Formats: sequence, structure tokens, C-alpha cells
Amino acid sequence: MIPQEFEYSAPATLQEALTLLADGNAKALAGGMSLIPMMKLRLAAPEHVVDLNRVPGLAYIRQSPDGIHIGALTTHYQVESSTVLRSQCPLLAETASHIGDVQVRNMGTIGGSVAHCDPAADYPAALLALEARVRLASAGGERTLAFQDFLVDTFTTALDPGEIVTEIIVPAESRGVGVSYQKMHQPASGFAIVGAAARVERANGFIRFVRVGITGLGPKAYRAAGVEAILQSTGDVEKAAAAVDKGVDAASDLSASADYRRHMARVYTARALKQALARTS
Amino acid sequence: MPTTTITKTETLVGQRIRRKEDPRLITGTATYVDDIKMPGMHHACILRSPHAAARIKSINVAAALAHPGVVAVFTGADVEAVGPVPCGASLPGLRVPPHAILAKDRVYFVGHPVAVAVATDRYIAADAVDLIEVEYEPTQAVADPEKALESGAPAVHPEWPDNIAFTFHQEGGEPEKAFAGAEVVVKQRITSQRLIPTAMETRGVVADYHNAEKNLTLYSSTQIPHLLRTLVAQMLGIAENRFRVITPEVGGGFGSKLNVYAEEALMGFVSMRIGKPVKWIESRRENFQCTIHGRGHVDYYEIAAKRDGTVLGLRLKLIQDLGAYHQLLTPAIPTLSVLMMPGLYKFRNISADIVGVFTNCVPTDAYRGAGRPEATHGIERMMDLLAAELKMDPAELRLINFIGMDEFPYATATGLSYDSGNYAEPLKKALDTVEYHKLRDEQKKAKEAGRLMGVGISTYGEICAFGPSPATPAGGWESATVKIEPSGKVTVMTGISPHGQGEETTFAQIAADELGVTLDDVIVLHGDTAIVQYGIGTFGSRGTAVGGPALYYALQELKKKIVKFGEVLLESEDVTFSGGQCICNRSGKSVSLAQVAGATYRAMKLPPNTEPGLVATHFWEPPNFAFPFGAHIAVTEVDRDTGQVTILRYVAVDDCGNIINPLLVDGQVHGGVVQGLGQALYEQAVYDDNGQLITGELMDYAIPKATMVPWLESAHTVTPSPVNPLGVKGVGEAGTIGASPAIVNSVVDALSDLGVRHIDMPLTSEKLWHLIQNKATSHQPPATSHEGGRA
Repeated sequence: MIPQEFEYSAPATLQEALTLLADGNAKALAGGMSLIPMMKLRLAAPEHVVDLNRVPGLAYIRQSPDGIHIGALTTHYQVESSTVLRSQCPLLAETASHIGDVQVRNMGTIGGSVAHCDPAADYPAALLALEARVRLASAGGERTLAFQDFLVDTFTTALDPGEIVTEIIVPAESRGVGVSYQKMHQPASGFAIVGAAARVERANGFIRFVRVGITGLGPKAYRAAGVEAILQSTGDVEKAAAAVDKGVDAASDLSASADYRRHMARVYTARALKQALARTS
Repeated sequence: MPTTTITKTETLVGQRIRRKEDPRLITGTATYVDDIKMPGMHHACILRSPHAAARIKSINVAAALAHPGVVAVFTGADVEAVGPVPCGASLPGLRVPPHAILAKDRVYFVGHPVAVAVATDRYIAADAVDLIEVEYEPTQAVADPEKALESGAPAVHPEWPDNIAFTFHQEGGEPEKAFAGAEVVVKQRITSQRLIPTAMETRGVVADYHNAEKNLTLYSSTQIPHLLRTLVAQMLGIAENRFRVITPEVGGGFGSKLNVYAEEALMGFVSMRIGKPVKWIESRRENFQCTIHGRGHVDYYEIAAKRDGTVLGLRLKLIQDLGAYHQLLTPAIPTLSVLMMPGLYKFRNISADIVGVFTNCVPTDAYRGAGRPEATHGIERMMDLLAAELKMDPAELRLINFIGMDEFPYATATGLSYDSGNYAEPLKKALDTVEYHKLRDEQKKAKEAGRLMGVGISTYGEICAFGPSPATPAGGWESATVKIEPSGKVTVMTGISPHGQGEETTFAQIAADELGVTLDDVIVLHGDTAIVQYGIGTFGSRGTAVGGPALYYALQELKKKIVKFGEVLLESEDVTFSGGQCICNRSGKSVSLAQVAGATYRAMKLPPNTEPGLVATHFWEPPNFAFPFGAHIAVTEVDRDTGQVTILRYVAVDDCGNIINPLLVDGQVHGGVVQGLGQALYEQAVYDDNGQLITGELMDYAIPKATMVPWLESAHTVTPSPVNPLGVKGVGEAGTIGASPAIVNSVVDALSDLGVRHIDMPLTSEKLWHLIQNKATSHQPPATSHEGGRA
């Protein structure tokens, strides 16, 4: 439980941080909820750690015409308790409330979580359902990606060496949108055995759109397009949910076999859809 | 000098008093081993085997030694003069593998210590361990005790190819006859899985050797400072009177620190070799891999009964997973299961066979309950299986088979003498609390509506207050010294070693009542062999039940002396000591305890045949164990879609004899139930076929968190124990013992309509979901269903 020797920098500006990270050999430290345990177990041994916590202006939740902007260093607790998010984007606030435990939510950050890209993390399910965007910065400049394109594989994102996540942008929901995040907790770690995030808009008795994001089941979180299409065309929740694991290479581990995970994905997807539908009225 | 004052009348015993220990714990100012810093202190890190079974072909420490800041590296070859890690249990024919503090030629489990690196700081020590090169030749391992018994299984210790460390048979009455004449026999294989004790504070040791005086001081997070001193002194070959063991604050033990570990002797050895203090703090991963585990049973039960429900006989074949070595009490733990196998029922005929099996795993040993949770789980499951077979109500079956309250002391078929009991009372109280008949109606309606709701009862008995010396591996007595200072302030030194149980408070309550002083006037010292007279320690719910009477008798001795000095001071032969005052019954004049205490030290005038001073020491040998009991009821519901268990209600009615401090008893019951619930629903140490511990971190090994624990309703009945003057029985393990069968019985009851009759722990949601899926689609009759048939 002792990390290997490493160099530590605590830059005071974003520019300084990006310069330190530019050579691609340094690891950015945000809340440290994953990086520090991995370093202590010597599963990760970065030569250089660049601590972003003293960079001002990276923790915020701001409304603007193109959506709600959330700074990368915003903690899960801040997301969970934000009045802006609770009223304008309740799916993300609800999802944040399911992460880890109180201590983790007080320390862990949204930027750190999405950059780490754990296949059982909670946020990706919601961010996919929300069609969120993610803003990245490096010494070379900035770019914005759809969250869907940001997720590449297990623990792998579109981040280039030297690049960090600076902001997440989610939509402000219009009235009539119902949302829900339903999660089966792994009892030891609190990670998702499966997590299902659903957004549904209903108008005049018709389902106008459905968005479903799933975490925990496969090697990475994904949009369940099949579920969305079936629900929109048939309105049949059970039939829609039954398609959630189609074509997915289900994970299997000590806490849940692949078979069980698949079934739980269907159960939790159905629960999320039902609750989201109920919340549209 | 004599004055008239108001005497103190209210008693502290029996009151809900907050712990004297808590301010230092809550404010973070308590001193744990890792808080100890010493000038020149070095740090040790231990290289551990990554293999469950391997030959060590070579060890090269050159690179580690060359690393800047490293002062020494020791391997098995360096510590050959150190004695073996001791096993305190003796059984006929017990095979005891030599247990060196560092492996030499072979390793026997993952985490087996191979070498120790010592450096100027703990980071360098950890780096040095990575630089030690060990060439292993892995051999086949076996991690499952039943597989280890199969012919052709890999031999854990090559000298004993059958992997059997011992067999043990116990019989009472005429079991063969009882089974032959039985109208019904029910059989079941029941496991009690390996658990990881998971004390919040891992183990840790600081050793400080002074060569000029040949003095060794060892700080260790242990439950048994005096026994540790005696045994480690033998291992290191040093004089016990030059060896001081100190237990600073101990952050939980649950039996896992009722032991003597290789690292305790190893740090003593290192400090002696380098001539500097050295610290070793166990990581959580080491704690999971190298500190003892608990349970590890595969039990085959058979119960014989009449059709009217009268139980006749009980048979048990117990396979105990011992792990690779014997730690202090490893082989003794399953014998406790056998002692308690009849539970609270009138079994006159019993037969038990234990097979102790070596596996390539860390040793098992005492974990909260130590043998009794396994026994209680077994008998309480069997009573429910019998009730189901006879289509009887499980509460009714228990009530007709309880030992009657007029039958105490009750000689069991396993050779024990139950001290006192009224077993029906807590069950009736628990049944009333849950409104049992109404609850069964509610359950019926729930089941008709498709809900899987269950009601589970467990009526447990346990053996504690360890114990009479002839029946225990070490002495079973306990000691107390009470010093009343010249100012009248009171210092208690107890031989037990509390580490969360709260005797700094409860013993102060006892002393304050006896001496008529305030709680603040009393301090309780423990856990330092240089301060406290020899004692045995804290385990087996013995602290208050054995340490308390020692304190009580020391106080009585002092009270006699106080009266004698009071007679001198009051110039009267008719003096009573009460409420902190010596009172002359004729004149009404009195002197305070402080005045008497001052006079005993000033010694101007001594009573006849009386020495100065006010100090008494008492060593108390208990005449018997004490046997607490109780009834727990769990109401559960299983989610048909996911298999998840919700505990709708949990009622615990415990009888631990007289209660010194109800607040602390609540805490013990709550913590105990939560640990039992952990075994029932979540916890399991999982080794793969190669002996790798898969549940190696808290990310994989699920202990219950606050959000996973239901509201606990706790109540008591009080049946004082006749074996000690306080009438106390012990409550440290009761919750753990009562909880797992209550929950499992409840979940089995919830699934009974699907034909489920037994489920092994932990009741993970996936396991239950598979059962629900399989049962819902199968048309098999209940009798041939999951996990075991019946005769």
C-alpha cells in the first residue's frame, strides 16, 4: 500500500498544468479516487503526477444557452446537490447520488471519473442518455467531442497524450422529459453491476424520444439504440428492455456472471424506463 | 476529623453511560501502533509469496541491500534460531507443521512471509521488497478442504499426503440407538464459509530493543499482551522480565488479534539485530492474505426425531478448513462447535466427528463467535428443516424441545453444564414483538400476491466467559488490581485487554459503585505488561464475565481494609462502609474514603494485623463457563426479479445475564448482528483452484455498510448467571451467533413455496435469482430439491 516514487507538481494555472502534461509522461490527478488506490497497490506507477486541484476555475456548474456546463473538477457531491442540475438536468444529479459513498462523492470529480473510464462507472450511462459533450484541452488547444465518441473502450478514451477533460456539457431538459437512473450496486465496491439511465419525452400520448445509456454490462458504457427504437415504436417497456443486451459482450466476474448481468440489465432497464415514463406526467 | 456528609446512593451499574474511552477516539487523539514514532525508528516491509505452493529455489537480496536507505534484509536462513509460531491447542495425534517466522525452502499459502526489508523509511522498505529476487518452483496447490481430502490431492505438507491434521470424535448417550429408533431423520450438508475478520485497524508492530539493558519493548495491536509476551519471549529466547508488551489503542480484533503472529517475533528479531526501533504496519491486502480467517466449515448434519417433533439425536461430520498452518488456536475452534452442537435443545444422544484439513490457504482461527456461530447455524438450520419435514411451526418445534427452566444446571450430551436459562422467554418476547400470528397471516397474503416474504427464527445458545482453566488452552482465570491513592482516587488495573468493548467504562461503573465514588474518580488501565499484573486477555466474551469478578473480589478485599481503618479513625467497632463513607453506626459520624485512604498511607495508627496502603490484587478462577442465549427473528423479502434480499424487520431478544451498561450492550448486539448479517448475505473469502485469494481487497470482499443494515430492534430478558458474583454472562459474540441462522431461515422460508429447503451462505442475489429461475420453471417435488436430500 505504498506507491513507488514519483514527481509531484501542483500547478496554479491551467496553462501551466497543460505544459507539465504536454510530454505525455505525466498523469493528471483530480479527486484521486481511482488513481491513488492504483498507485498504492503499485498497479499504476506514473513518473510524474500533476495535481489539478490548485488550478482555479475548474469546478463550476453554469447555465448557458447551449446547455449546462460542468467544470471537470466539480465533485460528485456538487453534481448531486446542485439546484441547477436537480431542476434542469435531474438525470445527472440522480446518477451522481448513486456513486460510491459519501466520502467518494466528496472527493471524486466528474472530469476524473469520465477520464478514468471505468466500465462500471455510473456517469457514462447518464451522459450517453443525455447526449452530452465533453471539452478537452491540451497545450496545443481545445476541442469538443460528443461523449459517445469520447468513450473508446475499457479504461480507454479519446484523450490524446497530454490532454485533459476540462468540461462536460449536458442539455437543460425541456418539460415533459422524464428521467431515471436505476442501478444494481456491487455490494463490496459500490460500482454498478448494471446501471441503466433513461430519458423519455412524451407528448400527446406519444413517445417523442427515448434515450437509454447502460453501464456495467459490457466492456464500456453504450447507448442502447435497440431499446430506444422498440420503445418508441411499440411503447412496450418489457419488449424494449429485453433488447438491452443484444450484441453486447457481457462482463463476468466474482460479483455477477455474464448471464445474471444480462438479466439484470433487462430488469434495471425496464425499471428505469417505467420510472422515466411515470415522471413524464 | 470525622464529619457528616451525604452518602452517594444511586448506582452506576445498570445505567446507560457513555464510554469514557470515546472522547479520545472521537477527537482523533488516541494512539494506535501506527501513531508511535521513536527517534531512530526504522521501517520494515515484508516480501510475501505470490504462490500458494512452491519450492523456493533461490533468494537474491543483493539489489535490495544496495538500495540507498536499506539497512538490512533478512530471509528464512537468518531467522533459524527463532522458535516456531506457537500453536496453543493440543488434541490427541495432532500433526503440527513446523511454522517458521519466515519461509525457508517452501511456501504454503499466498502471502506466506519470505523475507523482510528494513529501511530508514517505509517507502524505501517497500521499494526494497520489490528488488528482492526469489526464484520459485510452483507446485500444485489445493484450496478446498473437501478436495484436499480426495485421494491424489496435492499434499499441502509433503510429509502428510492425506492432508489430515487431526480427527476428533465425541459421543454422548446412544446415538446409534436414537437414530435406529427415530420416526424421522433429516440430513443436510451445511457450509459456513471462510470469512475475513476485517478489523478496521490492521495489525501493526513496533519493536524497540536496548542492547545495554537487554530490554525489548513490543507495541502490538493484540488482544492478549501477557500471553504474547510469554510466547514471543520463548520464540526469541529472551527473559520475560526484560520484555514489555504494550497494546496501545486497538482498532478492532474480533478474534483476529487473539494470536501470536510471525511478524510480532520478526520485528523483535529485527530490532535486536539492527539495534534500532522498527515499525511494521500491515496493509489491508496483507490483512486479507495473512491475518487469520474465520469459519471454513463443511458440515454434514443428521437429526433424528419423533413425529411429534421431539428431538432424539444429532450427528455431525465436520470438515474444518485449517489452512496451511496452525495459528494459536486453529485446531481448537471446531471443537467448540461440537460442544455447542445441541444448542438449547434436549438432545440426549449426539455423535460428532471432526476432520481437520490442511489447505494452501491462510490459517483459520477464532473469529467473533469462534465455532459457536457455525454450531448455531447448523442446529438452527436443522430445526427448521425438521419443522418443514414435520409441517410444524418452527417456533412451536423449538418450544417443545427447549431445556426447561427448572432443569439447570443442565448437563449436556457434549459434557457441558449449562449454568442457567429460561429459553422460552426470549423467544416468546420476540414472537410477541413481531406479532407472530399476524405476521404469518401477512406472509400468507404476500405469498398469494406473488411476493417472496419469509420469517426466520433463530434461538441460539452460546458458551462464553472462557473459562475454567482446565478447559482452556491457557489459564482461564483473570486478574485485577485496585489501587486507591492517598487522595482517594481509584486506579484499576485489569488483566483483560479491551479493544472496543468499553471496560474502561463498565469496570469504572463497578468500582465506583462498590467504593461510593464518581465515575471520574476511577481510571482503568490495561494492556501494558509493565504496569498490569499478568492477565489472560479479551476474547470469547470473557472480559466482564471473568475480568469483572476479579475486579469485584479485589474491591471486596479493599472494602474490608477500609472498614478496619475507618474503625481506627472513628474509634468505633461498629463501622459500615457505604456510599463512599465509613460511618459509625452509633455516633453517626463518618469519614470519607479519601480520609481513610490518606490514613492508610500516612500509617500513624494501624489496625491490628493490618499493613499500610490500600492496594489489592485478585486472581479469579471461574468455576464454569457462562451460557448466554436469545431469540432473533428476521423478516425478509426476496426480489423475484433480482434475487436481492430486503430485511423488513429484525428483532433480537438477548439474555446475557445482568447488564452493567445497556448502551454498550446495545452496541455489542448491533455490531454482532451486522457481522452475522455480513456472513449471511455478503461475505466470503474466495480462493481459486490455485490458492489465489480472489477477494483480496475491500473492493471485492463485501462487508456490510451502514446503508446495507436494517433497523435493529433489540430487547433483553435477564437470567443472571450463578457462576460469578456479578451475574453477568457475556454479550460480545451473541449478535453474530444469532443473526446468520435467523436471516437464512427467513430467506429459505421466503423461497419455500418454490421447493427450496436449504441455501448455503452467503445468500448473494445471483444465487437466489438462479434458485428462483430454476424453481419457477421446474416441476420437481420439493423433497428432491436444491442442495441435499433427506433420509
